[in-house]
Amino acid sequence: MLGKERILELGAQILGISTADETEALVISDETALTRFANSAIHQNVFEVGVEVRVRAVLGGRIGVATTNSIDERSVRDVVDRAVTCARLAPATPDFHGLPEPQPIPQVETFSQTTASYTPERRAADVKGICEAALAEDLNASGAWSNSEIEVGVTNSRGISAYNLRSHASLKTVVMAANSSGYAERTAVDASQIDVAGAGQEAIDKALRSRNPVPVEPGDYTVVLEPYAVGTMLDYFASVGLGALALQEGRSFMNGHLGDRLLGTNITMWDDGLDPRGMPVPFDFEGVPKQRVMFFDRGAAIGVVYDSFTAGREGKRSTGHGLPAPNTWGPVPLNIFLAEGDASKEDLLRDIERGLWVSRFHYVNVVHPTQAILTGMTRDGTFLIEHGQLTRPVRNLRFTQSVLDALSHVEAIGRDAIMLQDEWGGTRVPALRIGRFTFSSATDF
Amino acid sequence: MRDFAERALNVAQLHGATYADVRLEESYVQSVSTKNGAVDALLLEESRGFGVRVLADGAWGFAASAVVTMPEIQRVAEIAVAIARASALAKREDVDLGPSVVERGEYRTPVILDPLTISLEDKISLLLQADAAMRSIPGLALAEGALECRRTLKTFASTSGSYLQQEIIETGAGIVATAVGDGEVQQRSYPNSFGRHQGTAGWEFVRAMSLVENAPRIAEEAVALLSAPQCPPAITTVVIDPTQMALQVHESCGHAVELDRVLGMEAAYAGTSFLTPDRLGMRYGSEQVNIVADATSPSGLGTFGWDDEGVPAAVTPLVRDGIFVDYLSSRETAARFGKPSNGTVRAESWQRLPLIRMTNINLLPGEWRLEDIVADTDRGLYLETNRSWSIDDKRLNFQFGTEIAWEIVNGKLGRMLKNPTYTGITPDFWGSCDAVGREWQMWGTTNCGKGQPTQTMHVGHGAAAARFRNVRVGIT
Repeated sequence: MLGKERILELGAQILGISTADETEALVISDETALTRFANSAIHQNVFEVGVEVRVRAVLGGRIGVATTNSIDERSVRDVVDRAVTCARLAPATPDFHGLPEPQPIPQVETFSQTTASYTPERRAADVKGICEAALAEDLNASGAWSNSEIEVGVTNSRGISAYNLRSHASLKTVVMAANSSGYAERTAVDASQIDVAGAGQEAIDKALRSRNPVPVEPGDYTVVLEPYAVGTMLDYFASVGLGALALQEGRSFMNGHLGDRLLGTNITMWDDGLDPRGMPVPFDFEGVPKQRVMFFDRGAAIGVVYDSFTAGREGKRSTGHGLPAPNTWGPVPLNIFLAEGDASKEDLLRDIERGLWVSRFHYVNVVHPTQAILTGMTRDGTFLIEHGQLTRPVRNLRFTQSVLDALSHVEAIGRDAIMLQDEWGGTRVPALRIGRFTFSSATDF
Repeated sequence: MRDFAERALNVAQLHGATYADVRLEESYVQSVSTKNGAVDALLLEESRGFGVRVLADGAWGFAASAVVTMPEIQRVAEIAVAIARASALAKREDVDLGPSVVERGEYRTPVILDPLTISLEDKISLLLQADAAMRSIPGLALAEGALECRRTLKTFASTSGSYLQQEIIETGAGIVATAVGDGEVQQRSYPNSFGRHQGTAGWEFVRAMSLVENAPRIAEEAVALLSAPQCPPAITTVVIDPTQMALQVHESCGHAVELDRVLGMEAAYAGTSFLTPDRLGMRYGSEQVNIVADATSPSGLGTFGWDDEGVPAAVTPLVRDGIFVDYLSSRETAARFGKPSNGTVRAESWQRLPLIRMTNINLLPGEWRLEDIVADTDRGLYLETNRSWSIDDKRLNFQFGTEIAWEIVNGKLGRMLKNPTYTGITPDFWGSCDAVGREWQMWGTTNCGKGQPTQTMHVGHGAAAARFRNVRVGIT
C-alpha cells in the first residue's frame, strides 16, 4: 500500500503540475486477495495489487479526465498533460459549477489490520472447513472468500485533501445437492467478525431443506423475502430512481412525487455512509463527506442523493454520493438502510394460508424504470408456505413486479437486519412479508 | 517485455511451479460521450501491468501487479506460487492441463484506419452532429452519444515455451434517444443497445454506421413510443431483429456452453448450466439453428490470434442443425474429456485470472430475407433492440424486453407497440425457430460479466433476424 503521505503527496504533485483552472486528483490503491472454491475444493486463488491515478482538469468549464496506473514522475506528468489536453478540446459543460469545496471529513472506523493480514493459508483453512462440512452431508460447496485493503485519496485545487484506508472481508457460498442449493453471505470491515463456519452451515441447511422441490404455478402470492432477496431488490430500485440525475432528467419514479406517500407507512429507507452498522466510508470519490439522505420516511418520498454536478444545477450541496469522474451515471446510493420491524420468523409466517418463502433473487433487471418494475428469478431455496408453516421446497420462479407496489403492501418487517456487500458499499435490510407479489413464470428446477 | 516474462517464469519454476504463464499488458482507451449538446465525458485511460498464473502442488495460484519492474516481477511470481501451495491445502485432485501447448507468433487486429489517430475534435464533432440531429425532433428529452477506441498490447509467455505478442484494437460508437412523458421513459438506440456497437476494427467501423443519418429516425421513434399502445399479452409469433438475436444467443447459448460453468466452477456466482455432458447430442433447437464459436470472425469482439492460455483462435460448432454438439473450453476443462482446449480463455485485463469466455458466438445465417419472413407471417410481432434481459442460473427460463415492437398483420408491419417483453424456456424457444435470415452481421456485447472478482468481457455475436412460434409476449 502507498500510505497516506505518499497518496496525498501524489495529489499535491498533480496540483502543482497542472495548468488547469481547477484540478482534482483521485488516487486509489488496493490489494485484494480472493480464494474461490467449487466442487468442494479451491479452484481459483488470486491476489492483485493495483493503483489508479485519475486526474480531472477544468479549463473555463471545459472538463477532461485521464488515468494512469503508473506513479513514476514521467507518468504523473503525462496523465496531467492528457487531462489538460482533453479539457482544451471539450466544449464547456453547461451547468458545471466547479469542483466541490472542502468540508470536515468525519472520523469513522473503516480499517482492520486483521483483515489486511489475512493470509492465503488461513483463507484456505476456512474454505476447507466449509467444504468438509458440505462433503459430510454429501453436498457440494462453492464460493468466494476475499479480503481487501483499499486506500482512497482525493485532492483538489479548492482545498480538498482527503484520505481513507479501509478494509473489507466478504464471504459468499453456495452449497448444492443434486436438485437443491443454499446460499449464505457475510461481510465486515474486520474479517474476525465473520463466522465462516456459521455461514457454511446456513448454506448447508438450506441445501438440505430444499431438496426435491415440487413445481408450483406462477401467480400472485403472499411472500416472505429473506434479507438477501430484499437487498437485491432495493439495490436495483435505488439505482433506477434514487439518484438526482434520474430525477433531473425526468426518469425517476420520484418525479412529481416528492412529499407524496409512495410506499407503505411502515417503510423508512435512507442512505448513510457513516453508519457503523453498514460498510462505513467517510467521503465520496470527489472528497465530499457522506451525508445521511432520507429516501422514504414512513412511506413519504423525501429525497435523492446528489454529487457536486447535480447539486450545482439546483444550488444545493452535494450529499457525498459522487462517483469517479467523468461520471455519466450520476450520483448513486451505496449505503442503503431499510428500517427493521419487530417480526420474528414465526410472525412473518403467521396466518399465511398459501404463500412463498424466497431466499434470494438472481439476475434481476429493470423492465420499466418509472414504475420500478423489476424481473428476476428465485434461487437457492424457495419454499411453499401453507397455514403459517414452511411445508415443501418448490422449483424456482420468475417474478415481474413493481417495487413501488411491493413496498406498498408490506405486512410485516423482520427484526433482524443483515448487512450485504455491494462493490463499494453495503445494503442493510431485514426480511419482509409482502401481501402481493407476482411470479410471471417458472423454470424446470 | 521478454526479459520481464522470462524472469517471472524462472522465479515461478525456481519456487516449485510445475507450470507457469505470464501476461504483460498495456491498454489505451479513449472514451467520449455527449448529452444534449454537451460533452458529458472525455476520458483517456492508460493501464499497464502483469499477471502470473502458476500450478504448484497440483493447484492454481495467481498474482498480479501494476508495477512492472524486476523486483516486483520476482515478488509477485513468488506470491503466486505461495498462493498455489495454499490452494493445495483444499484440493481434491491435481489440475491436469492436458497436452502441452507451444505457440509463438504475433497478431494484430486488421484495421484500415487506426482509431487512436483520429483526432478527439473529429470524434466530438461526430457525436455532437448526431446529437443535434436527434434534438431536431420535437419532444425528445435526452440525446446521448458515446464512442470508445481502445488498443491493448498483450505479451504472453509460458514455461512450455510459448511466446506471443498481440495488439487488439477496438472501435465502437452509438447514439440513444430518450423521450419522457406521462410516466413513461422510452428510448431508441442505434446501432445497438448498451450505448454503442463495437468491434475489433478501425475507425472505418464507425464511419459505416451513419450515425448522423439515423439520428432523426430513432428520435422520432422514441417520441412516438410515448403514445404507442402497450404490447398486449399473447402467445404469438415473434420475429426478432439481429441485435436482439445477438443477446438471445449470448444468454441462452453462449453462457450455457461454457464448460467451466457446466462443471460447477461458476456455481457460486452466475450459476451452472442445463447443458450437462449427458446432454451432448440432445436437440437444442430446430434444424434451422446452427451456432458456432468463431474466434476468427472479422471485426468480432471475440476475435484474436491466441487466447490467454496461448491456444490459437479456433472455430467450434456448438449447435449443428439444432443438435447440441460441443462446449467452449479451456485446457483444464477440456482435459477432463480427453480433448484439447478450443481456445476461449480470456481475462478482462492483466489484473485478473483468465476464464472461459465467449469468443464470437454466431447464429449462422439462413436463407430468408427479413422482408420475406415478415411477409410470410400472418400475425405476430417484430421486436427490435434489447432493453432488458434476465435468465435463470441454469440458462433455461429467460425474459427479455425490447425497445420497440411492431405488430405484424397479414404479412405487413402495422402499429408500433411500447414496452414489449417476451419469455420462454431455452430449448422450447429454439425448437420453435422456423426461419433464420440471411442479412447477417457481427454484433458486439461489451458488458458480459463473469467470475469472482467480477470481470467484464467484450464478446461478439454474428446474427441475422429469426422467427419463433408460440412465444409468450406482453409480460407487464
